Amino acid sequence: MAAQLRAEGQVDAATWLRIENFLADYVHRLDDGLIDEWTGFFTEDAVYQITTRENFEAGYPIGIMLCNGRGMMEDRVLALKTANVFEPHTHCHIVGRPDVKQRPDGSIAVRSNFSVYRTMESGETGLFAIGKYLDLIVMEGGQPRFKERRVILDSRCVDVLLVYPL
Amino acid sequence: MNLSPALAEPLAWPEGVARVPFRVFSDPEIYALEQQKIFRGPIWNFLCMEADVAKPGDVRTAWVGETPIVVTRDHDEKLHAMVNRCAHKGALVCLKQRENLESLTCVYHAWNYSLDGKLKSVAFRNGLKGKGGMPEDFDPAKHRLQPLRVATFCGLVFGTFSDETEPLEAYLGAPMSKFLDRNLGRPLKVLGVHSQMIHNNWKLYAENVRDSYHATLLHTFYTTFKVNRLDMDGGIILSDKKWHHISYTKRSTLAAENEYETVHSGQYQSDLAGPELLKAWDEFEDGITHSIQTIFPTLVVHFTLNSLAVRYFVPRGIDKTELFWVFLGYERDDAAQEQMRVMQGNLTGAAGLVSLEDGCINEFVQRGTRTSPDEQAFIEMGGKVAESNESSRATEASVRGFWHGYRDIMGFH
Ligand code: FES
Ligand SMILES: [Fe+2]
Repeated sequence: MAAQLRAEGQVDAATWLRIENFLADYVHRLDDGLIDEWTGFFTEDAVYQITTRENFEAGYPIGIMLCNGRGMMEDRVLALKTANVFEPHTHCHIVGRPDVKQRPDGSIAVRSNFSVYRTMESGETGLFAIGKYLDLIVMEGGQPRFKERRVILDSRCVDVLLVYPL
Repeated sequence: MNLSPALAEPLAWPEGVARVPFRVFSDPEIYALEQQKIFRGPIWNFLCMEADVAKPGDVRTAWVGETPIVVTRDHDEKLHAMVNRCAHKGALVCLKQRENLESLTCVYHAWNYSLDGKLKSVAFRNGLKGKGGMPEDFDPAKHRLQPLRVATFCGLVFGTFSDETEPLEAYLGAPMSKFLDRNLGRPLKVLGVHSQMIHNNWKLYAENVRDSYHATLLHTFYTTFKVNRLDMDGGIILSDKKWHHISYTKRSTLAAENEYETVHSGQYQSDLAGPELLKAWDEFEDGITHSIQTIFPTLVVHFTLNSLAVRYFVPRGIDKTELFWVFLGYERDDAAQEQMRVMQGNLTGAAGLVSLEDGCINEFVQRGTRTSPDEQAFIEMGGKVAESNESSRATEASVRGFWHGYRDIMGFH
């Protein structure tokens, strides 16, 4: 998994801040229900995966969700808006301080921890997921974009179902 | 109509198998009786994949109903299953999902068991400095981890508590064994695992997975994306006791087209922006392109296009069930084939494009029914009996089959 390979290179403060803003922006858009903006955070050929720590450590290729390219992400968005049936709920992400490393190929490897709280239509709020993001970020037209975002859940077990990207 | 003698408040089952009293989903007494009559009764419970205990010393924790189980392979390559409960004071002996061990040691007072569950040694058995220790008449041979009978079939490990359970192949029956062999009868490769906690009684999932009526109504992904599905042949096969079932579909009309596709892969015509999702190849000569098979009580094998998975569900309380997914390929798969299985993995699982609804739909039934134990479900689609139907899947025959078997084993006549 490419995002695991860490180069030693530190990034300058401006880059660090930019990445941190980018990560914050991503979760705020999702949490605000702006699901149509989700795919815009990725490069055209990006890989987005949600898997579990167990699968990740065993090297198993099938996790919980896998999109190869933005087309598959768009299909996910369309499916959740028009095809999938589930009880309405919202997410709130809390993201920890990122670890940002410059890689020799110019991309930036980022690791951050997250927790996601889920609020159901009934008003019930509870912890839905915790884990880590392993990202590869590249600059496209001066804008950071995920080339790879792997969402590694600590638990093997998803409560009820997973439909919104994390 | 008959009353069951085993319940404090007898259950009056409405006639036939086309009605199900809602009480069976929320009555703690019935739930407790199921643990005894079904899970500890004359049936084979799926425990784990043989791949989980492939090597000598491999240890895998599992469950039979709510009972914690440990499956081991000893140094003579023999498989064992026993209750994961120390013979001393009953603590769990194994805590990890998977490990490789020389022997099993309970952490509480260090009683040590060989991999077949026999008690090997007891800490301070002879006391210290001549004081304390076990009484003279202590006999280690009288204490061991409670064993289950074990049997395997096509990479699946089963266990039973009952001496009366018929041999596994007889329990499965010929049509079921044959189809399991079609799907799993070659070296398997695990491609991924995860689970889902669903908030419903285990039987609602057992029904749901046999319910061929809901599939295209609730799971609208295929129709939304205009995935090319011409009228397909299909059918339903029930086992003798109607406990197990197979539902299958043939994408036969598309098979001919595939012959002139490049290499061996075909593609659905669809509105998908990422068509790689459904890239598939024809894997079997029988033309079956989708199947779901259940083995009573809690095992499911699905084969959708090229996506093969074992699912099993474990009751975690009267209204809580953990649904496990084990995604599989074959050792013989080439890289392109494995990649197709991986991408099709998006169809099922906790976030499955055609399965995620099942994570909540059974909970909706649980919530809808729990305050109406005396009302009942009406299950007459495709008739009132539970028979195989090789011409239509617009039927709830397999659901009725489940209830037929359930009533039988529970004594709810
Ligand atoms: S409970 Fe296991 S050794 Fe005491
Ligand atoms: Fe379903």
